[in-house]
Amino acid sequence: MSNEPIIRTSDLHKKFVRDEFEVHALTGANLEVHRGEFIALMGPSGSGKSTLLHLIAAMDRPTAGAIEVLGQDIASLSESAVARWRNHHIGFVFQNFNLIPVLTAHENVELPLKLTHLKKGERHQHALTALKLVGLSDRTDHYPRQLSGGQEQRVAIARAIVTDPDLLLCDEPTGNLDARSAQEVLTLLARLNKEHGKTIVMVTHDPHAAHFASKIRHLDKGELLPEGEVPEDWRAAPMASDDKT
Amino acid sequence: MAIPLSYNLRNLAVRKTTTIMTALGIGLTVAVLVSVLSLLEGLNTAFQSSGHPRHVLVLRKGGGSELSSIIQRSQFLEAIKFRPMVERDAQGEPMASPELVQTVNLPSKEAPDGMNLTVRGVMAVGRAMREETRLAEGRWYAEGRREAVVGSSVANRYPGAQIGQRIRFGRGDWEVVGVFHSDYPARNSEIWLDANQMAADFGRMEAFSSVLVRTQDELATQALINELESDQRLQIEALTEREYFKKQTSSGDVIKYLGTFVAIIMAIGSCFAAMNTMYAAVARRSQEIGTLRVLGFSRRSILLSFFLESLFLSLLGGVVGVLLVLPLNGFSTGVGSFVTFTEIAFQLRMSPGVIGAGLAFALVIGAFGGLFPASNAARKQILTALRQI
Repeated sequence: MSNEPIIRTSDLHKKFVRDEFEVHALTGANLEVHRGEFIALMGPSGSGKSTLLHLIAAMDRPTAGAIEVLGQDIASLSESAVARWRNHHIGFVFQNFNLIPVLTAHENVELPLKLTHLKKGERHQHALTALKLVGLSDRTDHYPRQLSGGQEQRVAIARAIVTDPDLLLCDEPTGNLDARSAQEVLTLLARLNKEHGKTIVMVTHDPHAAHFASKIRHLDKGELLPEGEVPEDWRAAPMASDDKT
Repeated sequence: MAIPLSYNLRNLAVRKTTTIMTALGIGLTVAVLVSVLSLLEGLNTAFQSSGHPRHVLVLRKGGGSELSSIIQRSQFLEAIKFRPMVERDAQGEPMASPELVQTVNLPSKEAPDGMNLTVRGVMAVGRAMREETRLAEGRWYAEGRREAVVGSSVANRYPGAQIGQRIRFGRGDWEVVGVFHSDYPARNSEIWLDANQMAADFGRMEAFSSVLVRTQDELATQALINELESDQRLQIEALTEREYFKKQTSSGDVIKYLGTFVAIIMAIGSCFAAMNTMYAAVARRSQEIGTLRVLGFSRRSILLSFFLESLFLSLLGGVVGVLLVLPLNGFSTGVGSFVTFTEIAFQLRMSPGVIGAGLAFALVIGAFGGLFPASNAARKQILTALRQI
């Protein structure tokens, strides 16, 4: 594991205005994630964990503070440059899988490769490899509606890793899955981290899911708590250890 | 690279009912336009392909049409027939055909109250000059007898103009003895008689309606026109036969303007229908738009994708419209000519150009209908799009 952080946020703030009220979703978050880490961001609803993930993925812009991902100040990139950057470096896994319903599993996985310079045959092979990696090589021609929730999420993970991104960002990846499917998905993510060296940032409020990560960071009311610190409300929760590194 | 087209095509297939209804709406609009264009194309084909390149039609100055024109026999003999530019036949006779033109009212299948038809009195030389006009049925009229030969369009559309039947005009009944067919479609809407018999019947022994002259070559054509028109004593105008036919395409102007106006009004409605469908599609697929953006597709890709989807939808409508009108291709109809005041029969003609224009019109509807929804899709913020259900 390299000591060079691939995510570095400094005094990161995000403020939303909703119905004339200001909501401080993130207040001065300082986070460092190193290459090869699998970090879980935990916290109750509204704690700002998803906001932090969206800022790392450049899906939103911070109100104040600096954010550097893979050595790039992403806040300074133009809209189109961000799109390209995201395609090259980020794989994103959604809670609701967000597969395109009219495309097959293979076509869904191949979709991000359309933005690369790969030829059709290469794209096809890459997508097959990704589907094989998530154990779905026999479901390539299935449409999302023909797959179970767990299978859908594994296709979504295949789509996220098909471009071989530096960073895998997962937003509640097991939030819509039954226990067995959740276990499969988490095992898969842990394998991607351990065997393929993928750096993963996973947002979850499930302590069991968080245990698959190598490090857990908590957020509370928009504040990223120091390593090892847990929100007061959560202390009674069955979390034996928050920092496994 | 753009978002795959299969994404758009399958989305159109998924929401079948909306797609079909919108395509039908656009299709009806396209059908109106294609019908009008087919009529005009048929009319243009009837007139614009007609006329011998070396034929000059001589009329009275200001007459405008053969019906209202008078050329004196003396003018014909002294100033027209023996001009050096006039071609001569194998027997050395000048190829100049003085002709009489009148109208007759006959009931047709579509107009039981009757429509005006052109009756042309032609001498042997006139028939010989029109090689493109051949006898299709029966026989030619005998000189000096009240016999008529009708054009093939007249035979098809007028039950009272069949071989063996009699048409009443002039001083009596004229028996239909044959049917001719001309390669010039406008000609097929005429009835031909012996010119001398017709002149006697109508009391026009000393005057004709027009003179058709064949010149030796194209230079001679222009020279003859110049000479005839510049001679102030004659008070006649001359134009090529092709120009004369071409002028008659103006008969379709009312159809053209009215039809185009109706099509444009309908197109505005269709634009809104397409727009409504595409706005619904954008709203329904908001999360997909957000996902595509997260995957790295730019705003421009999203715009292009939804714009193309609108074009596909309208193109489908265009195809529906063309298919709706296709059975009318070749359908015979008639239009009143403002030049001859008679009916000219022609066939609706769905040429590749007409079909292309119909499809292009559909695409224009799709472009206007799709631009705003596509732009709306492209402008969505990623997180807003992902949260919309």
